[in-house]
Amino acid sequence: MNHKTPRGMDRRHFMSHLAGASALTGTALALGQTLRANAKEMQKNQKAAILLWMGGGPSSIDLWDLKPGANTGGPFRPISTNGDMQICEHLPMMAQNMDKMSIVRSMSTREADHTRGRYYMHTGYVPNPNVKHPSYGSVIAHQLGTQRPELEIPAFVSVGGASEGPGFLGMAYSPFSVNSSGRVRNLDLDLPPERIASRMQALKLMENDFIDQRRGIAANEHAKVLGKTLSLMSSSQMEAFRVEKEPTEVKERYGENNFGRGCLMARRLVEAGVPFIEVNLGGWDNHQNIFNTLKDNKLPQLDRGMSALMEDLAQRGMLDTTAVMWMGEFGRTPNINGNTGRDHWARSWSVLAGGAGMKPGVAIGETNEDGTRVEGQSYSSEDLMATVCKSLGIDLETTFTSTSGRPMKIANSGKLIEGLI
Amino acid sequence: MFCSATVKDLIPMIALFMGVLAACPAYAVEPALDKQVEADRGIAQQVTQIDKMIAEVWDAYQIKPSKPATDSEWARRVYLDVIGRIPTAEEASAFASDNSNTKKQKLIETLLYDDDYTEEFARNWTTVWTNLLIGRTGGNDNRSMINREGMQKFLRDSFARNKPYDQFAHQLISATGTTAPGDEDFNGATNFLIDKVNQDDASLATSETTKIFLGLQVQCTQCHNHPFNDWKQQKYWEMNAFFRQARAVGQGMQSGMGNVATLTDRDFAGESRSSSDEAEVYYELRNGLVAVAYPVFVDGTEIDRSGYVKQTNRRAELADLTVQSPYFAKSIVNRMWAHFLGYGFTSPYDDLGPHNVPTHPALLDYLGQEFQSNEHNLRQLISWIVLSNPYGLSSRQNKSNASDDPLLGEPPKFSHFYLRQMQAEQLYESLLAASEGAQRTGTYADQERIKNQWLQQFNTAFGTDEGGEATSFNGTIPQVLMMFNGDMIKAATSTAEGGLINAIVQSPMSTTQKIEMLYWKGLGRKPKTAELNLAKTLVKTNGGNFAEGLRDMWWVILNTNEFIFIH
Repeated sequence: MNHKTPRGMDRRHFMSHLAGASALTGTALALGQTLRANAKEMQKNQKAAILLWMGGGPSSIDLWDLKPGANTGGPFRPISTNGDMQICEHLPMMAQNMDKMSIVRSMSTREADHTRGRYYMHTGYVPNPNVKHPSYGSVIAHQLGTQRPELEIPAFVSVGGASEGPGFLGMAYSPFSVNSSGRVRNLDLDLPPERIASRMQALKLMENDFIDQRRGIAANEHAKVLGKTLSLMSSSQMEAFRVEKEPTEVKERYGENNFGRGCLMARRLVEAGVPFIEVNLGGWDNHQNIFNTLKDNKLPQLDRGMSALMEDLAQRGMLDTTAVMWMGEFGRTPNINGNTGRDHWARSWSVLAGGAGMKPGVAIGETNEDGTRVEGQSYSSEDLMATVCKSLGIDLETTFTSTSGRPMKIANSGKLIEGLI
Repeated sequence: MFCSATVKDLIPMIALFMGVLAACPAYAVEPALDKQVEADRGIAQQVTQIDKMIAEVWDAYQIKPSKPATDSEWARRVYLDVIGRIPTAEEASAFASDNSNTKKQKLIETLLYDDDYTEEFARNWTTVWTNLLIGRTGGNDNRSMINREGMQKFLRDSFARNKPYDQFAHQLISATGTTAPGDEDFNGATNFLIDKVNQDDASLATSETTKIFLGLQVQCTQCHNHPFNDWKQQKYWEMNAFFRQARAVGQGMQSGMGNVATLTDRDFAGESRSSSDEAEVYYELRNGLVAVAYPVFVDGTEIDRSGYVKQTNRRAELADLTVQSPYFAKSIVNRMWAHFLGYGFTSPYDDLGPHNVPTHPALLDYLGQEFQSNEHNLRQLISWIVLSNPYGLSSRQNKSNASDDPLLGEPPKFSHFYLRQMQAEQLYESLLAASEGAQRTGTYADQERIKNQWLQQFNTAFGTDEGGEATSFNGTIPQVLMMFNGDMIKAATSTAEGGLINAIVQSPMSTTQKIEMLYWKGLGRKPKTAELNLAKTLVKTNGGNFAEGLRDMWWVILNTNEFIFIH
């Protein structure tokens, strides 16, 4: 049998077969066609955020807040940048792009364990066994993605990592994880559309029957995810994942590695209207041999991928509407341990933020001379989240109702980071 | 991946199935069991006690429990939770047609003790414990010293023989030897700690051993006295001191054996290296001062401070102390309860610290004591839980218990069964069971390797010192895409000769029976009239091509929430 795949055909044709299954596909189906004509225009002003997640806890004292001369300082030298700050000598390309980002050098948090730190930095809340809080991507997908009926692919994409989940917002706001090749498995249902349509109708009837038996919300969530999957399977927007189609010189500029590909994919996804993308670069849990690992491995990748992303966003006029964040679960100890490593440290560390109207090119806050504590005002995960949400035009008075009925303010009532917005 | 069953193989099975149906005209009717009758039949007192103590909480909250689950719902649960897959059509219909009032006891006895099920029982619990002890990704990375097959060999052997749980834990905590099967010093139990003792002063060995076998979470107290945890930093380092003789030595990949490494205990001279007679560890307080710690168990029991292995084998001492601790029995009871009911008596179920008050403290204590005094017999514990009233309730909520839902942030009261998704491994085994009966290809190790490869598409390791990982088999889009279009589903729904659909089409059953067969296979129940009509319509829309119609119906069944959820 030689069937035309759904992807190979006109979407309107395909979707017309699925009208009966509309309960599964929701608004994407009902509104898709009329709005698509205006999509190009709308995307120009669409806000988005990119989180560069440095899993393991990056040593910000060696990257963004150097302490040359202090016994905690390590071997790296600071260099000047085109912004109003100095950074590590092993980030020369970022040094030419620091006019687009700012450093917050006064982060002070309490979670120095990976699992807790991941959760806290992604949600603005400390872990609580009775409530699962939504992560950045889910919050932003919920706030911005739902206003984009023309978006047929997930509003929260995580490249090269799993990110954190949607919590009480529900499975429909889960991260869609892809690896940096952008190859999405199992996209083709090798059947004619009318055949798919009849399967979907039967499936819908059985789904609803089970949902109506009142067995809890999970059954309903399953149906929602079916709808999202169907929408994605037939979407031309899936092209955004296909980084391999970029010209060779572009791919080289971003770096021929997973992080470089991820940054490039992030740009493509923002262009397609996806409001939140997380790009993962792991390997920062450097309890030993930290300086060689950073110099030879981590920093060259980071420098290339991130600087290319910043340049492209600026050049294409997207930086005004796209917030970019760089962070991990915590920083690393100013003290250098017996294995030439640094351990977990949450009390004084740095993150980066920029774009979407946040003030670029400055260093906000400072740590003391050996980096062991923040001098003056310090900031937390919820403060950063509030600031980024604000830059995206999300109302900080927005209150979610958790499944338990408890009201939860967006970004956990964080305060705006002064000087950044 | 799918070994194909020929029509000839399937015909006796189908004949049996038809016979069962014929003998059971009223298989949807499920008589409620009378409590008194149950007691007379010799229901274990532990079951009665569970029922009583759970009901006390319902009364206290004025909740009315849901009705009992139907027999087919109950059987599907039991198969999934005990042996890791859904029942086959034959197993499901045989249970439905059994009219005796001891059928539940008979089923659980069969799954726990019948030789025909030993392999599947052991496979299921091997999967659960492999994921617990070394994670879904442990041993997949080249830098890892873990030999996944070695771990599984130890576990499979332990569960097949129903090794008492205290022995089992003792062996894992104190193991020495080589990780890889085939080596003369092979001891598969070493794989639990092999990757956890060398890095960061054995911090992972400390936190994982304490969490898994005692239900105590000390990892946050490594660096400071944690605000949400009553365990102090000192306790962490005292527990840590038990692991400081342990050493893992890797020999790398060896042909035919995979990763090979040796776990040993060596004399520990203390961190100051001044005297092995009092071998100490040091740690830094938050104020920068340095403190000293020697091996002291969480309950305050001190052991000899000597670092000489001959004088004091610290891990063996720790294993002794662990299996005698009341936390030991309570933590396994809580873990098993959560395995079957979806939630433990604490949340998370592996945190029994004093800050985390259980929902049913008396029941947890009681089951811990009973488990201990019944020789740490895991199968007995399983049968108590599975035969209890709360495990047997429907997942359909009623007006009074809809609020009893841990997803709503409420502590569980177990007044209805909580819907939960199958794990990836359960889905894999269920698809095999539904599509090709019990036939498989290759050795056990080959089968597990194929399964492991398939499972890896869902797993991501974080690569941190805590060994964190995530699965995308969690109800999100990648999972649905796999269920829509994945190779396994394509194979399961194939109409090719030798496949399930083909065998059913070729069989002498009536159209209705053929459709019913699919429902029994996938959902363990008979279709309702509307569903039967739906299936017939689906067949018609395919221009009357019956095989293609059945294929569509089978695909739909496998993709429903009813299939993927344990309910």
